[in-house]
Amino acid sequence: MSKRTIIPFGPQHPVLPEPIHLDLVLEDEKVVEAIPSIGFIHRGLEKLVEKKDFQEYTYVAERICGICSFIHGLTYCMAVEELMKIEVPERAQYLRTIWSELSRIHSHLLWLGLTADGFGFESLFMESWKIREYILDIIEETTGGRVIFGSAKVGGVRRDIAPAKLEEIVKKLRVYQKKINDLGMVFLDDTTVKHRTQGVGILTTENAKALGAVGPMLRASGVAMDIRMMGYAAYGKIGFAPIVETEGDCYSRCKVRIRELAQSIDIIEKCVQQMKEGVIEAKVTGFPNGEFFARSEQPRGEVIYYAKANGTKFLQRLRVRTPTFANITPLLEILKGCQLADVPILVLTIDPCISCAER
Amino acid sequence: MSVLSKSPWIIHYDGSSCNGCDIEVLASLMPRYDVERFGVINTGNPKHADILLLTGSINEQNKPVVQNIYNQMPNPKVVIAVGICATSGGVFRECYNVLGGADKVVPVDVYAPSCPIRPEALIDAVVKALGILEKKKAASLAEEVKK
Ligand code: SF4
Repeated sequence: MSKRTIIPFGPQHPVLPEPIHLDLVLEDEKVVEAIPSIGFIHRGLEKLVEKKDFQEYTYVAERICGICSFIHGLTYCMAVEELMKIEVPERAQYLRTIWSELSRIHSHLLWLGLTADGFGFESLFMESWKIREYILDIIEETTGGRVIFGSAKVGGVRRDIAPAKLEEIVKKLRVYQKKINDLGMVFLDDTTVKHRTQGVGILTTENAKALGAVGPMLRASGVAMDIRMMGYAAYGKIGFAPIVETEGDCYSRCKVRIRELAQSIDIIEKCVQQMKEGVIEAKVTGFPNGEFFARSEQPRGEVIYYAKANGTKFLQRLRVRTPTFANITPLLEILKGCQLADVPILVLTIDPCISCAER
Repeated sequence: MSVLSKSPWIIHYDGSSCNGCDIEVLASLMPRYDVERFGVINTGNPKHADILLLTGSINEQNKPVVQNIYNQMPNPKVVIAVGICATSGGVFRECYNVLGGADKVVPVDVYAPSCPIRPEALIDAVVKALGILEKKKAASLAEEVKK
């Protein structure tokens, strides 16, 4: 047996915009084990519910993660609304769906870019982020913010989108769809890219289930599981079928995300067709009371918010289970036996969002 | 001496940010904002960097990491606190694991508050930092001449 070496990976590493630390145990070029240590970004946001009242906390929830910010805020609101028995108006539900899907599109494009950067394809990185900027423009025009939207609120949404604007958004998205298709072709058909992704980091269906993978990671291993199937916000009215691939390698995960981009655009279009005029927020009176688990699907997978309240302004307990946290165990599994050069791609393949994993 | 001035390289470290500022830092490097037109290059190696972009607040665990990166950078160097988190702690100020802004552990030259920072504001901060970098360089040169 050859000698074992330990290589530290992170917390400050060129491919990672965020700190995560892995101790890679190597035999020659092969990784035999990866030992993670996390906590560099831990702030203690769950305990902050004791200092910020339940309305204010929506803003903090959005800042649990700056990439899926809207969906964090939304899931938090869903939990509180259930505790307070608030009926959210229909138009608000549709708007929530539209913004959720816009964040999914921008997040997946961001991931595509980072992955391209991970295997050293600089121009593809730039191209993905260029298209992402167009999506950010739509977000900025409708919410006022680029990455933190601030438009979710308990009882509805903070802003409306005018019908003419909605039509315009759909038209624009159709144009971007073509650009996204071209981009997707490079990721899926280019020989050099395929060489880096096909057959790399295979997660079998059994392992995906046993280790509790979520999101695209799970769907790429052949499990049809997506919380949007439960029909929260307006997904129930629109009808939704998850996108599934079966290979379980980096290529499949990439494919799932690229196909989801098109799906998100379709969902937005359907929302715009079905939406009717109406109010966008319900009146909020009283304080939350009781316990509830709210679940929703983020770009990275399922997020769970557990909220417990006792009828005062402040929640008693808030617990967030984020998708990246669930995906770290499968990551350690696929890191075993890989080549050292593949580590960055494998770490990126789960679409890590450390700030929400550690909160 | 402007002809001899060097292109400043930046290094970005995420203290405990929510990611919002990090992706805006990266977005500034993209074709739309393109800080590279000022000769700025994003490097992963502290030993090559002149400007440290810190996003997010300081906590117990990342304190030594931030100090370590700062110490490894060659002189003269400039630190930019990006976002309100790095400036003062922002919304996370009251969290039990947040010590405060970046200036708790390293001297900060430029503060760029906002939540999240807009790429325009970031570019403005980097341009300000370039001025400070030049001044620091001139000062250290003058000191050497005196010796
Ligand atoms: S300043 Fe705002 S956007 Fe930036 S890291 Fe802090 S909370 Fe996130």
